[in-house]
Amino acid sequence: MTPRIVELRQGLLKKNDQLAAALRLRFRDAGLFVVNLVSGPGSGKTLLLERTLSALKARGGRPAALVGDLETDRDARRLARAGCPVRQIETHGICHLDAEMIDRHLDAWDLPSHDVLFIENVGNLVCTSSYDLGESCRVALLSVTEGEDKPLKYPGIYNSADAVVLTKIDLADACEFDRDAARSHLLDVRPGVRLIETSAKTGQGVDDWLAFLDERRQGR
Amino acid sequence: MHELSIANALVHQVTEALAGSAPCRVTRVRLRIGVLAGVAAEALTFCFEVVTRATPLEGAALEIESIPIAIRCEPCGRIVDLAEAPPFRCPHCDHPSAAVVRGKELELESIEVEDQDRGQAVTPSERRP
Repeated sequence: MTPRIVELRQGLLKKNDQLAAALRLRFRDAGLFVVNLVSGPGSGKTLLLERTLSALKARGGRPAALVGDLETDRDARRLARAGCPVRQIETHGICHLDAEMIDRHLDAWDLPSHDVLFIENVGNLVCTSSYDLGESCRVALLSVTEGEDKPLKYPGIYNSADAVVLTKIDLADACEFDRDAARSHLLDVRPGVRLIETSAKTGQGVDDWLAFLDERRQGR
Repeated sequence: MHELSIANALVHQVTEALAGSAPCRVTRVRLRIGVLAGVAAEALTFCFEVVTRATPLEGAALEIESIPIAIRCEPCGRIVDLAEAPPFRCPHCDHPSAAVVRGKELELESIEVEDQDRGQAVTPSERRP
């Protein structure tokens, strides 16, 4: 017996991609600039975001954030200290955020009353790269404590990033972090990528990061 | 480890594609997965076996075609395959390129099915798009 072949030729993440496209339209209509922050666990997404939310709010911005973790609302409580609306997404074991989770957590949220929405993804350097969340911009973080060769080990995520924020730069000397090597590895994985050095702890480079967000928001 | 989510999506998509057709058994599933897609074939095969239990896909062979990375090189004016990447550089002129044109695929290519009640081959005209 000869089996028959059924050609399907469709993306395995078709459902996610369709939902992400719908979200992107919804964000655009609301005038919302959306940043998807991705990195490994512990690279400083939450502290950078805390700083960013406070700084944007202080200059009259109306930022908001969605934060993903496997369990607990600890990060949402930390971020809420900045005085901005924050919602926690608990994935209960799932290692990435997907468009459906974002859609569900936007329920009854007045999007046009905000100007920037940050999505802090689950700390994961592999799985998060496959899922479009409808974001305007994907930013990958790399902390100096992780080592300069991280981009070579995880090319998929760094290749998909619109910009890379180098975090914990205040610890660079203590970690004997080789900035030139890190830059060179990043450019090998993502030629031309914008690299922003920051320390959310000391505030170093945070203005550059905010300037980058402004630039992207205005489409420059 | 998002292979489980992908395996679930796969079963859902195949089941949806077969909705409305005569009862059948899926004997083979063909996927195209780019080396940059971040999906481990072994993990996906394991998850596939688990999530297909008690579905029309149970026992189906999973065939995964690995798609190498290719970039568009502006100076050379062509698309070049990279045997090894990173670096994302043209092997001919050494120019860097962020334009990845292949290697991120995550696609369900085709399935092979056997009709359960008859079990005989169908004519090519019965092939569906």
